[in-house]
Amino acid sequence: MKLNIKDRIFFLWHAPCFLYRDSYPVVINITITMGVNMSLVLENVTKIVEGQTWVSNINMTLEPGSFNVLLGRTLAGKTTLMRLMAGLDKPSEGRIIMNGADVTGKPVRERNLSMVYQQFINYPNLSVFENIASPLRLARMSEKEIKERVYETAKMLRIEPFLNRLPLELSGGQQQRTAMARALVKDAELILFDEPLVNLDYKLREELREELRSLFRQRNCIAVYATTEPNEALALSGNTAVLHEGRLLQHGKTAEVYHRPTSIETAVMFSEPPMNIVKSKVTESEVTFDETVHFQLNKDLNHLTPGMYNLGVRASHIGLVPHADDDLELPVTVDLAEISGSETFLHVRNDHLSLVLHLPGVHEYAVDEKITIYFPTHKLYAFDLQGQLIHAPARISGV
Amino acid sequence: MKSRIALIVYILFILLPIYWLLNMSFKTNQEILGAITFWPQNFTFENYQKILTDPSWYKGYINSMIYVSLNMVISLTVALPAAYAFSRYKFVGDKHLFFWLLSNKMAPPAVFVLPFFQLYSSVGLFDTHIAVALAHCLFNIPLAVWILEGFMSSVPKEIDETAYIDGYSFPRFFAKIFIPLIGSGIGVTAFFLFMFSWIELLLARTLTATEAQPIQVIMTRTVGASGIDWGVLAAAGVLTIIPGIFVIYFVRNHIAKGFALGRT
Repeated sequence: MKLNIKDRIFFLWHAPCFLYRDSYPVVINITITMGVNMSLVLENVTKIVEGQTWVSNINMTLEPGSFNVLLGRTLAGKTTLMRLMAGLDKPSEGRIIMNGADVTGKPVRERNLSMVYQQFINYPNLSVFENIASPLRLARMSEKEIKERVYETAKMLRIEPFLNRLPLELSGGQQQRTAMARALVKDAELILFDEPLVNLDYKLREELREELRSLFRQRNCIAVYATTEPNEALALSGNTAVLHEGRLLQHGKTAEVYHRPTSIETAVMFSEPPMNIVKSKVTESEVTFDETVHFQLNKDLNHLTPGMYNLGVRASHIGLVPHADDDLELPVTVDLAEISGSETFLHVRNDHLSLVLHLPGVHEYAVDEKITIYFPTHKLYAFDLQGQLIHAPARISGV
Repeated sequence: MKSRIALIVYILFILLPIYWLLNMSFKTNQEILGAITFWPQNFTFENYQKILTDPSWYKGYINSMIYVSLNMVISLTVALPAAYAFSRYKFVGDKHLFFWLLSNKMAPPAVFVLPFFQLYSSVGLFDTHIAVALAHCLFNIPLAVWILEGFMSSVPKEIDETAYIDGYSFPRFFAKIFIPLIGSGIGVTAFFLFMFSWIELLLARTLTATEAQPIQVIMTRTVGASGIDWGVLAAAGVLTIIPGIFVIYFVRNHIAKGFALGRT
């Protein structure tokens, strides 16, 4: 190595930076990118592991300052997609672009992001304070600033009294708060939450979810939140991306995705209990399902060209009392009354179809009890036989 | 109560030879060779004095400790990264390699005596501490990899990833986060490394002559013209046990954990 004396001194002076490349790039990232709007773009991202496609051909743009929910069942590819976004795994195909720069092969520690896992992941040998401070220490922040930030974040997440304890001496909720604090303490461009609330009890989950949402209102980073529960996606609002078997079904504003699912798959995935789908024949004057039940074609559906359709109706739209004059009266038999919280999922059937009703309150029904339900004819979704949305009901207040 | 009596009897039975060794080490040769006495009639420290003042005796201890420590350092520095690789990465033939490492442990050292002797003689390592330390790596490194791999696999991979996300480089993460996490594993491993290296006789004897002769070899060569010096031999035996007791004392809390977490 031929260096003049000035370069040599420079090299020696900075030797720790070259030797421990940890913090050097991170410092630069944080100082330069703080406050700058970032966007994350996935281009044809595919991940194949041992011949199995885990996510296939995903195109997605995450806007700066947005809160994105990845909704999908287990094995839908949510975690895989997050790991690709984080750079923990490399996509088999496709590119990941952060703020205009291709970061596909960039090692994770040179990126400015944070991640919260489903398991409570903290450094067990470090105190809660040191756990939260660790990303700041690696960014070579001054002791005073570290203290300030850690206290501020701990206060926000209400773990201030436990800063001197070890993570394993805390309850599950507090451990997860510590992990969240570590993720939030640095000004990450991208924060990933991989089902962070699954292992917590019901009450705590609601509480933390609420806090999380309000924390992000003031931030200007991209948040990605994976969940299996449609209700959680609705509660978090923001944007929702529905994943199914490694494919991205739909991505958009949560309310938009909920009210106008582009396919049956999305509609079924994004409702709990799933949307009822009834195969029906539409003629110029009436709608028939399963050759027995008819109703007059109303002005809502009369733009449909005659033919076969899959009609969708939300479980919460079917009632035990009529809501509108044109509600269709259907005698059915009770299969099962499933009580979930203070709500009842009522499974009913008749000779040709089986439906699920979502009723507020706790209702008890005997199996095989005969009841009458009211089927709303003006709140129907219509999908073609390939499952594409043809018609969505006009939006009414309340879902 | 019955079980307690059984336990006491059992412990007495186990401790009997050790007591007898201790007993002998404080006796004179005449007393040892005379009638049975259950405790020293003429209590003497002479046997210990001889060992601690005669260089041909205490050098043996020093030699043993040098090569045992050398072996522990080498084994741990090699086994830590190896065990990490086995526990964290998938690579072609990883399982076969792991098994092969274990099978090294199964081969009797006698098999390797001749090649080691020939090899070390030809490169001028014969009768050095490092020769014995390296030879003991043959079975100690697989052992260390095996124990450490179990400990490392019990640490969730997500901790590694969180560290990288936080901005740790691999060496820094390994030293600052990972090593403390498997501290008890390292303690347990060190204990086993010490034990196997400390008691191994065959390789240590074959690969040394005078300069690096370990204590066990000196003990087996105490048959002089005047017969066997029983008392000194017993004292040497006691002194050989003591380092083991120390090591056990320091890792006693980790051992139980080690057996619980390590692979069985």
